[in-house]
Amino acid sequence: MSRPSPVIPGFGLTLGYTLVYLSLLVLIPLGALFIKSTELTWEQFVAIVSAPRVLAALKLSFGAALAAALLNGVIGTLLAWVLVRYRFPGRKVIEAMIDLPFALPTAVAGIALTALYAPNGPIGQFATELGFKIAYSPLGIALALTFVTLPFVVRTLQPVLADIPREVEEAATCLGARPWQIARHVLLPALLPAWLTGFALAFARGVGEYGSVIFIAGNMPGKTEILPLLIMVKLDQYDYAGATAIGVLMLVVSFVLLLVINLLQRRIARG
Amino acid sequence: MNTATLAAAGVSRTRRGAPWGRRLLILAAWLVFVLFLLLPLLIVINEALKQGFGTFFAAILEPDAVAALKLTLIAVGISVPLNLVFGVAAAWCVSKYEFRGKSILVTLIDLPFSVSPVIAGLIYVLLFGAQGWFGPWLMDRDIQIVFAVPGIVLATLFVTVPFVARELIPLMQEQGTQEEEAARLLGASGWQMFWHVTLPNIRWGLIYGVVLCTARAMGEFGAVSVVSGHIRGLTNTLPLHVEILYNEYNHVAAFSVASLLLALALLILLLKQWSEARINRLKAAAAQE
Repeated sequence: MSRPSPVIPGFGLTLGYTLVYLSLLVLIPLGALFIKSTELTWEQFVAIVSAPRVLAALKLSFGAALAAALLNGVIGTLLAWVLVRYRFPGRKVIEAMIDLPFALPTAVAGIALTALYAPNGPIGQFATELGFKIAYSPLGIALALTFVTLPFVVRTLQPVLADIPREVEEAATCLGARPWQIARHVLLPALLPAWLTGFALAFARGVGEYGSVIFIAGNMPGKTEILPLLIMVKLDQYDYAGATAIGVLMLVVSFVLLLVINLLQRRIARG
Repeated sequence: MNTATLAAAGVSRTRRGAPWGRRLLILAAWLVFVLFLLLPLLIVINEALKQGFGTFFAAILEPDAVAALKLTLIAVGISVPLNLVFGVAAAWCVSKYEFRGKSILVTLIDLPFSVSPVIAGLIYVLLFGAQGWFGPWLMDRDIQIVFAVPGIVLATLFVTVPFVARELIPLMQEQGTQEEEAARLLGASGWQMFWHVTLPNIRWGLIYGVVLCTARAMGEFGAVSVVSGHIRGLTNTLPLHVEILYNEYNHVAAFSVASLLLALALLILLLKQWSEARINRLKAAAAQE
């Protein structure tokens, strides 16, 4: 940690610039959303966010984001483990491609996944044969969110996993621990904070995600319509009050999630 | 084979655990990779080239697609440099000094990451739209921000604010202030210290942040979609152009433009890989000293 350093110039300049830039671009516009929402009475606000269509979208957005984050919790852990612990053909390719979902524009991901999972698509046709749909159903939304949030769990777990000395596991093995005991008592406590951080990041991103979802969702009101899309619909109908109310609701939830992520990261930093 | 390699082989076998379990996990990782990452990539290329290269090139050279590419380049060209300067300033004050409220400031810098892109667009509509706070004032002066290019740039700026700062803050905190202090004590001016001491040290982290920032700026969809007027050839970025083509059931053209974005994404991954390797090499060198 750096101490207060009178020798190094630029404190006032950089802090001032940072604050002004952040205020103009982020804080004042976000504040405007909250101020705009005070134009509604509490009853009006509750009426908007408890409308059946909004509640259905709320459930879908949070449910699909949760399912995607859970699935990523499993396959992300698998990928991180294999990439850190083993050397095998193609490891570098997989390692480099993990970040593809962050580099690929979400609209491209959206149409690619729709083509893949549509009832006549390469994967979707198998689902059709078995009698269910992937694209244009909540399952498709969850899979799209899994794709766009795939790197989060992998990338938060990898450095922590690499830092656990192998000697600890070897010592445990020498002392007669079974593999599941090592997993339970050595790996789990060390990995859990990072895993939860990755999970929370994936969940938060999934709730707000728009581009990759709208193509695969089918966007049926009350069935496959996500919360961010509902804001778009309200805006298209010039229903600014409705859009603002849903926006505030989503923001509050995001802030709570951000708080949780920060607390978790502080716990990791403390070790 | 000499005894040393035999011993090494023995050690690595015990360390890696049961080979069948390892093989199973590696196979599972490959399956996940093919299913979740490789197939979406391949299908974009496959759909784009369905009707041959002629239709492919016609779709990406069509005037509306070229106009969309130009607008995307404008949005990237404005938002990346501005957020680069912001990132360096923010990382500087966070990493070189101690002050009250620093952790709040770091949280605020990260804030745009946890805001839904649609909300990022919504706030600018509420401020600058016809019914927004500054709407009438702007209308009197015939200035259009929302549903025009400035709105697209603003929305792109918002969603890409944290990228450079986020990469630089941990890097600069790790490096501390000793080298800068030494430069100052040897008589360097503030700018000399920054150009000759700080910048070379953070160069690769900076490139890494810029690469990530460019990727997001180029591909942003939700935020830009809210503030764009969706006017072909005027306020459409490349991702929005993909959406329009797709919704018109012009799938081959949509995937052709999408494959252009995919190529850029792969280029970004390469650049990222390269700057990451340079950072790791510097770290390893620093650890050896």
